[in-house]
Amino acid sequence: MIQGNVRSCEAMEHAIRVSGLQKRFGSVVALDGVDFSVPTGTVLGLLGPNGAGKTTAVRILTTILGHDGGQAEVLGLDVSREPQAVRERIGLAGQYAAVDENLTGHENLKLVGLLSHLAPKSIPARADELLERFDLVDAADRPARTYSGGMRRRLDLAAALVHRPPVLFLDEPTTGLDPQGRTGLWRVIEELVADGTTLLLTTQYLEEADRLADNIVVIDHGHVIAEGTSTQLKARLGATIVEIELADAACAERARAVLSPLGIVEVQPDGHSVELKANDGARVAIDVVRALDHEQLEPVALALREPTLDDVFLELTGHGAEEPATEDATADGRRRRTRGAA
Amino acid sequence: MTSTALAPTLSVDRPQRSALGWAVADTRTIAWRNLVTLRRLPQLLVFATVQPVIFVLMFRYVFGGAIHITNFPYVDYLMPGVFAQTVAFGAIQTGIGLAEDLHKGLIERFRSLPMARSAVLAGRTLADLVRNVFVVMLMLAIGYLVGFRIHTNLLGLIAGMAVMLLFGFSLTWIFAIIGLSTSNAETAQAASFPILAPLVFASSAFVPVSSMPGWLQAFAKNQPVSIAIDAVRSLVLGGQFANTGKVLLSLAWSFGIIAVFAPLAVRRYRRAA
Repeated sequence: MIQGNVRSCEAMEHAIRVSGLQKRFGSVVALDGVDFSVPTGTVLGLLGPNGAGKTTAVRILTTILGHDGGQAEVLGLDVSREPQAVRERIGLAGQYAAVDENLTGHENLKLVGLLSHLAPKSIPARADELLERFDLVDAADRPARTYSGGMRRRLDLAAALVHRPPVLFLDEPTTGLDPQGRTGLWRVIEELVADGTTLLLTTQYLEEADRLADNIVVIDHGHVIAEGTSTQLKARLGATIVEIELADAACAERARAVLSPLGIVEVQPDGHSVELKANDGARVAIDVVRALDHEQLEPVALALREPTLDDVFLELTGHGAEEPATEDATADGRRRRTRGAA
Repeated sequence: MTSTALAPTLSVDRPQRSALGWAVADTRTIAWRNLVTLRRLPQLLVFATVQPVIFVLMFRYVFGGAIHITNFPYVDYLMPGVFAQTVAFGAIQTGIGLAEDLHKGLIERFRSLPMARSAVLAGRTLADLVRNVFVVMLMLAIGYLVGFRIHTNLLGLIAGMAVMLLFGFSLTWIFAIIGLSTSNAETAQAASFPILAPLVFASSAFVPVSSMPGWLQAFAKNQPVSIAIDAVRSLVLGGQFANTGKVLLSLAWSFGIIAVFAPLAVRRYRRAA
């Protein structure tokens, strides 16, 4: 029976499909009709601030949580109708490194292997292979309580892979890691994806989504507010951003007036810098310099940059990506969850 | 089984077993995991006996002289009460362990695995039963050192310990629910103590119920901790304590508690977040 399912799954175009997904916690709406799908073998970055509904979506797709409306399918299997079949095919590494601190690295992998119903005799070899791959061989026989944060995350990720799941869910895999640990984990994730694993990744770090994800879905307050590739999302803002620092606020105000025909110009919070978003690439720099020169405005500093996903996020949501979640009433009267769990 | 590193297909070798067969295997796996912890942190066993040992010394040498039991040395009356105290307060550990698993995200991982839903609880309570066997044996040895003697026979002792361990096992299911409802160890501990304290102290554990005021006697005589203690006294002391009815009643309480609270705990586990 399992074999039959697999055949049809392999031909599947979308490994994950979510439509009209709804979830309420009491009066709090965590997901309000979310749609997205992940083509097999690709990486989807689910992006949003704390409380946006990212983790709720992951928990529904991994059968941990039921949903109130809409549909969620993994490899063509409905998560609420066939949770057991879904669980056999997915791996999950959550927000906290969910490893047993008193077990060694090797024992942790054995635990997950046994509970994933692998043949017991196949588990030790698989555990060794993963420990090797995640650079944990030296620590394999030490209790996980002696591991650093980065090592725990790697062990947690290894545990999610013991049963070779074709679909992997990573819920904020690098939150709380130092930059070194983060880039290390990114490299591992990139290797996994190269092997053909379908990955759904939630993150608050735009840089992470930018680096790892083929497609990005931005959710906020339980709604999808944008989707596309990172390039597409950035293009929504205009191709180029010119940052010009001037001597004082009066000059900045004059510069704003002079530059406004070239694109969207805003005076920055510091009062003496302006930022211009324009569509015609690096060429705009020449126009900027000419216009400023014509008005005899001398920039203190002038820089040209590509928009980051942070810019996109600010534009889409009206707030930054790492805004701390608060229990505030939003304009349409819905309340956001305070904890990161949403 | 293929050897390609992390192939996207479902190429794993899964043995075929019935749902019940898997439930048993998963329970064994979880029990193994919890017993490894116990072996690695033997101080957990030591901590579990600190409080009862203090009580043994206090009641044996400080208060005991003022409490008179007809025909029996007080220490013989005392020890069955201490066994009950040990397993009852030990049951809090079940809740604490589950609250920690919940807090650290382990339960979340278990729920995403194809394992039996009942195994996390069954494995935990079984491991705690094994722990109780060690702790009760340790208390028995300490009791022996301070003069405790059985008045029946070895069979009576074994039966008495079995009745007490079964009672302790039934309590772990109650505290499993508390642990799953609190999500951190400190709260689980704080919530459990007020439930247990009246049951353990307003019982026949340390003093005869007949010495209590009338209104308290009705409760103290009929509550399950007293009944378990009286059952153990019946089995290890005999004489005026012999009372087969209490033994049967205690077994009924234990099985009754399991029948009610085990399904509730599993339901709570399914929903715990």
